Amino acid sequence: MAEITKDVILEYVKNEYLEEGDDRKVDFDTPLISGGIVDSFSMVSLKVFLETKYNIQIPDAKASPEAFDSVNNIIALLGEFGVK
Amino acid sequence: MKPYEEVLKSFSFDISKEELGIKDGDVFNIGEICTDRICRMGKGSKLALIWEGFTGEEKKYTFDDMRQLTNSIAKFLRDDLGIKPGERVCLFMDKVPELYFGFLGVLKMGAIVQPLFSAFGPESLQTRLEDATTSAIFTQKKHLPKVRNILKDLPELKHIIVVDDDGSKPLKEKEIAFHMDKAERVDKFAIYPSKAETPSVLHYTSGTTGKPKGAQHVHNSIISQYITAKYVLDLHDDDIYWCTADPGWVTGTSYGIIGAWSNGATQCVLDAGFKAETWYKFIEKNKISVWYSAPTAIRALMKEGTEAVKKFDLSCLRHLASVGEPLNAEAVIWSQEAFGKMFHDTFWQTETGCIVVSNYPGMKIKPGSMGKPFPGITATVVDLKTFVPIEKKGIVGMIALEPGWPSMIRTYWNNETTYKSKFQNGWYLCGDRASIDEEGYFWFVGRDDDVINTGGHLVGPFEIESALLEHPKVAESAVVGKPDPINMEVVKAFITLKPGIEPDKMLELEIMNFVRKKLSALAMPQEIEFVDSLPKTRSGKIMRRVLRAKEWGEEIGDISTLENDM
Repeated sequence: MAEITKDVILEYVKNEYLEEGDDRKVDFDTPLISGGIVDSFSMVSLKVFLETKYNIQIPDAKASPEAFDSVNNIIALLGEFGVK
Repeated sequence: MKPYEEVLKSFSFDISKEELGIKDGDVFNIGEICTDRICRMGKGSKLALIWEGFTGEEKKYTFDDMRQLTNSIAKFLRDDLGIKPGERVCLFMDKVPELYFGFLGVLKMGAIVQPLFSAFGPESLQTRLEDATTSAIFTQKKHLPKVRNILKDLPELKHIIVVDDDGSKPLKEKEIAFHMDKAERVDKFAIYPSKAETPSVLHYTSGTTGKPKGAQHVHNSIISQYITAKYVLDLHDDDIYWCTADPGWVTGTSYGIIGAWSNGATQCVLDAGFKAETWYKFIEKNKISVWYSAPTAIRALMKEGTEAVKKFDLSCLRHLASVGEPLNAEAVIWSQEAFGKMFHDTFWQTETGCIVVSNYPGMKIKPGSMGKPFPGITATVVDLKTFVPIEKKGIVGMIALEPGWPSMIRTYWNNETTYKSKFQNGWYLCGDRASIDEEGYFWFVGRDDDVINTGGHLVGPFEIESALLEHPKVAESAVVGKPDPINMEVVKAFITLKPGIEPDKMLELEIMNFVRKKLSALAMPQEIEFVDSLPKTRSGKIMRRVLRAKEWGEEIGDISTLENDM
């Protein structure tokens, strides 16, 4: 099983979803969905990234706004798929 | 509130004019009606806006604050920047107070306000600013790079107004800071003497082909927006109202600004992403009584279950309404179970400017139905070929309206030909199909074109296909709507790749992000299917309907012109 690097996910979120010049501080607990950084439509691309990166399939039922709402929540979700 | 049947007998839009104090030929201005007029009615100290940001920060403004601040914005545009009446001023911001007051400020000085969804990428933004030859744009620091990226191609854009500049980075050419809350409050401003037919708002909407079209409205629209907000949304003087729509789209302006404030209602705005708990907390905290939301949001709340609702005291809710795409029967029934109230579905579109078919308060709700025409609106369904009204009940036709209601668009910006094509046999054609039952209720069936309704927003396949073709590995593409339990439809792209390119998951992600950054997250395909070829007519035109039918499990229909099998 692939090894999670929290920093990899955080960097991906910053690079992909923050506008160039958007200097908001994003850390492991920053609300991504409810904070408006990743909208509900973009969540699909984040899901595809995680599935590709960690070679897993996340069922739609598990891909809730809550589960994707922070890097720490995402780490917890990935843990359910044996990614540590 | 009088029963629907009774209102139907005696209604005329003159009732609205009388209540707003407007006579034929009068000078009147939406900006003035929503602010100064409410203050003259003795409600200056009443709260107009309760705003909350995603960090929990809160701001409150009274109607008198709003009157003065909209004057400040109007004066800044007219006197400091030299913007002339009729010029286009774009609002490209998140749901911050400056967006709401900017809208009314632009109208007060006579310019045309062009609100655009702040999640648009540079290409979507450029298309719309170019078409409107926009003179000025209000934006935030976070969106400034998108404007800078396209500035060289927009010679008409003279001013970029940054509402939250903190001086940390120097502003560039054409950029100017404007801090609304710190600006000098202007008590008296000579409001532009607009009349009924003076252009007011330019909302861009997507079509099947070509670039998005600018639906142009006039100040007269307030006659419809005021009375429909009062009758259909059932706004009372003591209501606390929440319209969840973004003013980048028409619901956010017709009912998130004009309808609400012309009625003197206190309005709440939450500038944060979707989260059920945050929404419920917001309703409870602000004691929201009238809630106008969208089926996508309602279905997302439904997914969280009634248990999530029970944690909050939502007894403040008095009336619930919905718009964007058809509200399915299950969601209506669930809302009764969860909130003790049914959501009242409403139907209208950018071009109509106001609600035209609705589940009127007090009327028997048939879950899943769009309801009945608003009094004063003549609506029917017409035959798809002859455009003659279908008399027989239950037969599907295209929704058609008798032209002439006050908020009907007056044209598409620079596109009178397309505007004229919307009228056939004396009817305005909505582009949506429905049937009417024995009791006069309308039942939505679907779009009559290839436009995708995702989460209540219309997305044109052509714009997405054009963007996809700009990706270096894409040879051809076709974009259709695919059924989705939350968003009704989502964007699905069928793609053929250039020779030697192999499809894989990384490429799928790369293409998704490419479209998202270029156009918007709404336009990003939620699913990509790589295919060897696309179905085409013998003349080489891609047959989207074949792909769409496949996604929806429908009959493909006539494929005699199909050149190849998929």
